[in-house]
Amino acid sequence: MTRDIFQPSGRIQFGIFFQGVNSGTIWKAPEAGSQTDFESFRHIAQTAERGKFAAFFLGEGLRLREHLGRPHALDVVGRPDAQTMLAALAAVTKNIGLVATQNTTYNDPSDLAHRLSSLDLISGGRAAWNIVTTDNAWTGANFRRGGYLDHADRYKHAEAFVETAKRIWDSWETPIGPARRVLHEGQHYTVDVTPRLPRSAQYRPVLFQAGDSPDGRDFAARQADVIFSAHPKFDDAVEFRRDIVARSIAAGRGANAVQIMPASEFILAATDQEAQEKKAWVRSLQIGPQQAIAYLEQFWGRELSSYDPDGPLPEIDPVVEETSETRGSGFHGAKARQLADQWRAEAKDKGLSIRQFVTSKTARIDATFTGSYTAVADHLAEYARVGAVDGFNISPWLIPTGLDDIVNHLVPELQERGVYPAEYRGTTLRENLGLETPVRSEESVHI
Amino acid sequence: MSTFEERKAGFLAIELDGAGYENLAAAVLAAESAGFHVATFKDTPAAGRVNALQRAAFTGPVTRNIAVVPEVDTVYTEPFHVSTQLASLDYVSGGRAGWIATAAESPEAAAAVGRAFVQGGALAQEAAASIEVSRRLWDSWEDDAVIRDVATGRYIDVDKLHYADFETPSDFAGPAYSVKGPSIIPRPLQGQLPVVAAASLVGEGLVPVEAVDAVLLTAPTPELLTAEIRDVRARLGSSVAIVAELDVVLDARGQAAESRSGSAHEAAPAQEGGRARFVGSAAGLADLLDSLLQEADGVRLHPAVLDVELEELSRLVLPELRRRGALSPPIQDGTFRHVLGLAPAENRYSTTAAATVAAGK
Repeated sequence: MTRDIFQPSGRIQFGIFFQGVNSGTIWKAPEAGSQTDFESFRHIAQTAERGKFAAFFLGEGLRLREHLGRPHALDVVGRPDAQTMLAALAAVTKNIGLVATQNTTYNDPSDLAHRLSSLDLISGGRAAWNIVTTDNAWTGANFRRGGYLDHADRYKHAEAFVETAKRIWDSWETPIGPARRVLHEGQHYTVDVTPRLPRSAQYRPVLFQAGDSPDGRDFAARQADVIFSAHPKFDDAVEFRRDIVARSIAAGRGANAVQIMPASEFILAATDQEAQEKKAWVRSLQIGPQQAIAYLEQFWGRELSSYDPDGPLPEIDPVVEETSETRGSGFHGAKARQLADQWRAEAKDKGLSIRQFVTSKTARIDATFTGSYTAVADHLAEYARVGAVDGFNISPWLIPTGLDDIVNHLVPELQERGVYPAEYRGTTLRENLGLETPVRSEESVHI
Repeated sequence: MSTFEERKAGFLAIELDGAGYENLAAAVLAAESAGFHVATFKDTPAAGRVNALQRAAFTGPVTRNIAVVPEVDTVYTEPFHVSTQLASLDYVSGGRAGWIATAAESPEAAAAVGRAFVQGGALAQEAAASIEVSRRLWDSWEDDAVIRDVATGRYIDVDKLHYADFETPSDFAGPAYSVKGPSIIPRPLQGQLPVVAAASLVGEGLVPVEAVDAVLLTAPTPELLTAEIRDVRARLGSSVAIVAELDVVLDARGQAAESRSGSAHEAAPAQEGGRARFVGSAAGLADLLDSLLQEADGVRLHPAVLDVELEELSRLVLPELRRRGALSPPIQDGTFRHVLGLAPAENRYSTTAAATVAAGK
């Protein structure tokens, strides 16, 4: 069946991921603007729209990262609520998709489904939900229900949550109603709601998902429209596509049912050499001396401020046997001492200082496209030709002007090569991504 | 003695629920250009009603002066999310956000999120707790916490971030909870968003007066509003602004208000039992508002049919009130705190303020 054979679309699209936290966004350059003023968001979103970007992404973190027991001071931090900001951006944009990262653990399905429907209606069918899970009690300390979910249960819980949300969005028999009552009794919550909002112009919000474990991939293959992947490098991307195609077919969906947009970073200039110089500058601002030391401190579990960032890794051993989870940055504890030994050996082998070593660990080397506009355009055209990805989700390293050269120079090169949209296809995100309209699930018909 | 006394000027708010979500930009711009100081957004569950906070957020970037104030429930919501969403609303509106803190009283709202139905005195406890969480989280970043100090490599000064460490009081009727903090967004532009609640929810044994900046007050008829305003003022003191609630049906488009009243009543989603209703001419409404604004700090209007009433209000009523000096002048790039006449919000955790106090300033 053709449905089971993957057909490359021959094109790629861009999304923009306004991160708002962590070291990827540089703040030490004079041109680094506000991370919270609405004007920064407006500039980025409108620039992206000028470049026919498919989607504007906002992340979510429900507790501030901590370092040795206090909020982490060295990186960009402090960002708005995703849906509130996207609702405001809906008023100053026309075509770009608005993607809110939202957690399934510390939200209620009926409330989240209602708010996402609201965003979808307000924006004329441009909303999407980037589904994330968390299980740690440390984040739960900010919420009524506290930490309640085991790590092993998080996808099971998330899937029940997403299915409940889909039933809520499916509950209108016709576009104008009436709605059917949705009941769900699960292990962790119960829902009994008569939905109040009609379908949007794109039927319901588009679903993005970013999990990468085998469970995460299966979850995406069953539920998601687009995977926000961690596999931008060409060979890796091709392999990831093959894996996702197999999983979506196994889940009873078509080979093209799930799109893939890896996270990426672009460092571009008129020539390859200028781009390399720019990259050195960007990296030096992303990981400064203090950040390099702080990075190691997270794994050593102790203060290392007496060490020279330009010298070798500390000979002193970590104080904890098991690294305490680096709060909020998503690392999980390998044995600290073993890790320290391994890193020291690696740094020595490669002749790297602390700062160089940390830069090599933190900069997403695979995710960075560096080069002249034409060279990078040629490279991306190859992705489009074989269908390695459906697009790239770009994290700008500078706010608010970090998309300007991409839109002004790279996008026209891609358009000339016929691998990037010259115009938006329609007004909804689903249309612009080329996704099929969902089939109303039969399940929602039954109470 | 002067022949005219210094008269008290007030503000006018308008409920924009009638705009739905498709005509939102046009409606809020019409309200702003008519001279309304505040737009409010209802959020009680109803078919077709889009989340109020998002509607308010949508209107933020398209307006300049009007305050945008959504209802957000305190009972079946997560206080941490509510706080972040409202702080974000303040950013997208350039400091013009407020919060009508409501306490949902429906079993359906409880069932939707699988929680036990909360009623009676427990409602005010939930509201008080949620407001306290938001207020602490809004202060949890001092205004100058983002320092961008290149020399030391610090983006923020961690001494200017604070844990909220909220815990529900020991007599809390619902399941106890705690909120750690700090917020995930810097302090709102206004420092503290003004919090508005129904007068019936505020007072001794309810939401503490100090927790709110303004109350919404109802009476069954326009004639009874003045007495009610005086009663509430006596009960709650002068620290809160008093906003009288009024439904409005006007003579419009060649039809008498009386004849529109029946059909408008049917059509008006905002109409609620117990709220005073004015039915009549623009001139009559101007007189009523003029007298109400002598007593209350503001009046919120609930138009029977938004488009129709807004046209008359804009053309006839607000100009007349301005002519009489009954309306406070709009403040260019003002905040909602300005509208309510509130001083800049002190930060409860501020190290700078503490130092200032210590220095005897």
